[in-house]
Amino acid sequence: AVNPDLASERLAASFSVELLTASLDGGAERTRSRRAVVEAIENDPVFSQENQYFQSQNERYEAAVRRAVYLRKKIREMGWTENGPEVQYVNRCLSGDIALILHRVFMRSISMLGSDEQIAKWIPLATDYQIIGSYAQTELGHGTYLQGLETTAVFDAATQEFILNTPKISAMKWWPGDMGRSATHTVVFAQLYVHGKCYGVHPFILQIRSLQDHSPRPGVTVGDIGPKMNFQHTDNGFLQLQNVRVPRENMLSKFCEVQPDGTYVRWGSQKINYFTMTALRISVLSEEVILPLKKACTIAIRYSAVRRQSKLKPGEQEAKILDYQTQQQKLLPQLAAAYAFHFIKIYLDELFSKGYQDIQSKNFDSLPELHAFSSGFKAMVSQHGTSGVEICLRACGGHGYSLLSGLPSLYTRIIASCIYEGENTILLLQTARFLIKCFMAASAGQPVPPSVTYLSSVKPGKCPAKDKLDFLSPEIYLKAYEQMAIRLISSSAAKLRHFIQSGVDEYEAWNQCTVQLEKAAKAHCHYITVKNFVETVEKLDNEAGIQKIMKHLCDLFALHGIFSNMGDFLYDGYLTAAHMDLVTASYLDLLAVIRKDAVPLVDAFDFTDKTLNSALGSYDGQVYQRLYEWAQKSPTNQQGNPAYGKYLKPLLQNTLSKL
Amino acid sequence: EALVINDPDFQHEDLNFLSRSQRYEQAIRKSSLMVMKLREYGIADPDEIYLFKSFVHRGRPEPLDLHLGMFLPTLLTQATPEQQDRFFMPSWNLEIIGTYAQTEMGHGSHVRGLETTATYDPATQEFILNSPTVTSIKWWPGGLGKSSNHAIVLAQLYTQGQCKGLHAFIVPIRQMGTHEPLPGITVGDIGPKFGYDEIDNGYLKMDNFRIPRENMLMKYAQVEPDGTYVKPLSDKLTYGTMVFVRSMIVGDSARALSRACTIAIRYSAVRHQSELKAGEPEPQILDYQTQQYKLFPLLATAYAFHFVGTYMKDTYRRISADIIEGNLSELPELHALSAGLKAFSSWVANAGVEECRMACGGHGYSRCSGLPDIYVTFTPCCTYEGENTVMMLQTARFLIKSYMQVGSGQRVTGMVSYLNDLTRQHIQPQHVAARPVSVLINDPVSLVEAYKARAAWLVEAAAKNLQAELNHRKSREDAWNVTSVDLVRASDAHCHYVVVKLFTAKLSEISNAAVRAVVTDLCLLYMLHGISKNAGDFLQAGILTNTQVNQVNQRVKELLAIIRLNAVALVDSFDFSDNYLGSVLGRYDGNVYENMFEWAKKSPLNKTEVHESFHKYLKPMQAKL
Repeated sequence: AVNPDLASERLAASFSVELLTASLDGGAERTRSRRAVVEAIENDPVFSQENQYFQSQNERYEAAVRRAVYLRKKIREMGWTENGPEVQYVNRCLSGDIALILHRVFMRSISMLGSDEQIAKWIPLATDYQIIGSYAQTELGHGTYLQGLETTAVFDAATQEFILNTPKISAMKWWPGDMGRSATHTVVFAQLYVHGKCYGVHPFILQIRSLQDHSPRPGVTVGDIGPKMNFQHTDNGFLQLQNVRVPRENMLSKFCEVQPDGTYVRWGSQKINYFTMTALRISVLSEEVILPLKKACTIAIRYSAVRRQSKLKPGEQEAKILDYQTQQQKLLPQLAAAYAFHFIKIYLDELFSKGYQDIQSKNFDSLPELHAFSSGFKAMVSQHGTSGVEICLRACGGHGYSLLSGLPSLYTRIIASCIYEGENTILLLQTARFLIKCFMAASAGQPVPPSVTYLSSVKPGKCPAKDKLDFLSPEIYLKAYEQMAIRLISSSAAKLRHFIQSGVDEYEAWNQCTVQLEKAAKAHCHYITVKNFVETVEKLDNEAGIQKIMKHLCDLFALHGIFSNMGDFLYDGYLTAAHMDLVTASYLDLLAVIRKDAVPLVDAFDFTDKTLNSALGSYDGQVYQRLYEWAQKSPTNQQGNPAYGKYLKPLLQNTLSKL
Repeated sequence: EALVINDPDFQHEDLNFLSRSQRYEQAIRKSSLMVMKLREYGIADPDEIYLFKSFVHRGRPEPLDLHLGMFLPTLLTQATPEQQDRFFMPSWNLEIIGTYAQTEMGHGSHVRGLETTATYDPATQEFILNSPTVTSIKWWPGGLGKSSNHAIVLAQLYTQGQCKGLHAFIVPIRQMGTHEPLPGITVGDIGPKFGYDEIDNGYLKMDNFRIPRENMLMKYAQVEPDGTYVKPLSDKLTYGTMVFVRSMIVGDSARALSRACTIAIRYSAVRHQSELKAGEPEPQILDYQTQQYKLFPLLATAYAFHFVGTYMKDTYRRISADIIEGNLSELPELHALSAGLKAFSSWVANAGVEECRMACGGHGYSRCSGLPDIYVTFTPCCTYEGENTVMMLQTARFLIKSYMQVGSGQRVTGMVSYLNDLTRQHIQPQHVAARPVSVLINDPVSLVEAYKARAAWLVEAAAKNLQAELNHRKSREDAWNVTSVDLVRASDAHCHYVVVKLFTAKLSEISNAAVRAVVTDLCLLYMLHGISKNAGDFLQAGILTNTQVNQVNQRVKELLAIIRLNAVALVDSFDFSDNYLGSVLGRYDGNVYENMFEWAKKSPLNKTEVHESFHKYLKPMQAKL
């Protein structure tokens, strides 16, 4: 039975949950097929995640490998395709708790960076899992700064081989997933040396373990890097190489090649070697960032409708904590952000699939913009998402801290996204570099990429809003965001110029401006996200049932952004102190409006209870019973208490004998 | 400290590689040993016990925390002399191991909502304890799951058919000798949590469980044999313990943040990355402005909280002496201040620890950095001993009350005395055009005034909004609820003001000139960074102009470069031993990479060269296809 406190929330919905779900999925047909896949997986006991909160690192790893292997079987049984939408749905419902994820990155980098012959040789082997791949880029001493990698690949013309070495401890590969225990092969990134000359970082296919007995190949030292905050199921690995030789043909050579005599040839930009990473940044966003945020919102909001605490009015029943304004102000902006990011991800996907086609036909023009987009949005969305999940965790009081709530694992998992595939601060600075360049170009009247044309429309002015309702108009708040982004970018550019003109060298000047540049890049991404939300809502006009509630969420996302960055907006001069009172009033009003639809809005994400795996967030809201039942399954309750016999009892007897 | 570190009995494997049961067992082993050694060495002074304990457990929680920290003190303060005779010595000798069972599954910070009942039966002179609903099951108490044989249980007292509110009862839960649960008692561990692996947080369900009348703690309230209820003299007294624990959390916040800063700053001095200038060697990441901007304000905050923590501890000592003499006048302010500062400091430190971890890049995410552990151990502070938002609203209630008092012509004292000036000045953004120039951004005292003006402005704004809602037909409760976002902002600003005031006051007490100079820089950074982050408030209130905010931002960056020079020395001053810090990245000697490799080799996944799952799953898969 559904807890009446949740049932009443659903009865009050102002829109059809089913329609919104279909819209999020991209059509009712997709919703149906997603549900079919989820059902097939969840009814198969092999994929059960029931005990994951009680398992050790070794058990988690083994279960993840088992799932990965059975999944291949399942895919064939069900007639799904490896690259089809079904596998995406599977990942969504397994929450990425599966091994051999990097195998797909391994394959993707070969398809993207390999020559036709290399693709013909390696892809079938990998598709059949005769080899298991990984992707070895990060080292102990270097991560995001790729030019600093220290692994070397020296070409030996005599044998037509590359000799791979990790010449010092900081050069050891460190962190690659699936490499510690599982992988047989990996794509290694190393500094290429030919005839004593360094040509920079290049990718090489390297076998690291025997295909017979899985033991490391001669010259290879490989193992697991030890426990982390999460990802217990993944064997992130280290790799030391000592004079390990690979044939010349193992350097991935779609865009550059070392010829037999040692001549180095390149077609296109060196940057293309990082395109795998650029694309990866965007693709991790949905499963590793936006989904966890949606799940955290679902758990926290459902729980807040069930949890009653204290009385709003004397003599009445205790109030749902969701009715407290402070609770609404914690959770509802996160919910709005989850929707905003869902929509920005669709926008980025479209941008990237077009860019990918261009690159395959060796047109690299869009690369700088794509790179700036992937860096900036990966950083902004992951940072915002991480703090959102943490807010949800802390909004659930003590029970949020129990692993059984599901929130701690969501949190420890999403925070990794702030670091991997590029540390966020550095990524934002890369975006800032692009923005400064575009700003200079725009000021000089040169053409700029479509996403930044707003930079040439600098017209300082005053916001015309007179009433709090005016701030529910997208033109009004979009203008405020636009003004702020332009102001931060232009003043950073001015400051840089000022430093350089006063004799500071370029590098030092850049470093002196980085705090502000980071802010500028964030403001740009924030602006684009709000703008995209507004445009998405406009396009929903054929779906009248959900357009209204989406408009409310869009307004909330925008006004919350202004409310929380008041200083920047005020400094701008576009908004005045009096405007801020209007923004605050409008923002607080919206909380009460969205409060009414909060539960239906998370229901629309359509997570099954098994996918959520949370004692607090289940659809039926039977929170306390579930918490009690699950706790009893804990090994601490299933096994005896050895500590009592070993330590507590002797302690008591020792005392007694002394009394 | 040396006593513990050199004792082979207190050594063990790296906790990161142990399962939860193993960690619990290690902690119990050390706690038991500790008690025996304390006796052997004859250590009895509470401060010395605290130090010894923190070295044994390296600042981590332990299963007997509740016994020592809550069970014994509650006996001391709330038991009658006869009850002390019966229970105190056996508890002191650990024949009785106790815990403090207050929180239930359905209720935490809202204590009055607890549902456990204790019904008096005059026929047998017993209390009948019951957990009538699922939500009434006691949930979370530390040491309850597996270790304790007694608990002090908080329950709604019913006698002569009437509910008399919450009272405390001593309840035996496990058989002495066999440690089996007693009939009518269901007790167990609540399962894995975000951290606190070594603690058996427990649940307790009671089913018509009877205890003698004498087991109710009756120093204040009493139930007589015939069931007559005798009221306590004052119900404020029970606040004492809460105020004490909340005051302590301010110090805990300082410590957690200091540890995280030590690790992140040392590692940032060791890690070299990228290039600032083409062709030059890779610089220390501590030389990047963005890295300094992440870490140095936190370092300054750690110092600020350290001073505030000390102040709270001293104030509590001073006031509790007054309380014993029956003077309760300062208790409301201390209660409000401890609630707000608990929330303010734990929120900031919680976010700060995470920032430090992220400032360490990928390696910060590895458990070898020690940062994940500091975070998961610290973060429940935001919830326990009073959920932070609820705490902020308690402070707000006090602020509003003080504001009203001023409005009705009374003067208020203490940290809120700034409200006395309000009604006369009538701070309005449009009337204070003359104010901004008076703020000197290099003068700590002047900056304290700016923070004071911001607090006053936000308290007044919240009070006025509250009044407006009241005039707007709303009930008191609804008005309070729809103003609560403003109220939390006001409390936050008030706490911020208290912190900068105490930090600034500390400067003049430092006698060594070089130390005073560097701490003054930290203090300035703390205040200016706070202004920069909350520029909206200062601008909207008209306390600062745009030009001044710009100067503040500029000055923050200059201070970063100044503090950079002493950054490592400033964390070394916290004087954490490597052993206590528990971090490969934060080692005093900075030999990070070698030691990470050594640490990883010990990982359980590396026990065998080829993992068994290869034979079980991967090999069959490769063979079949």
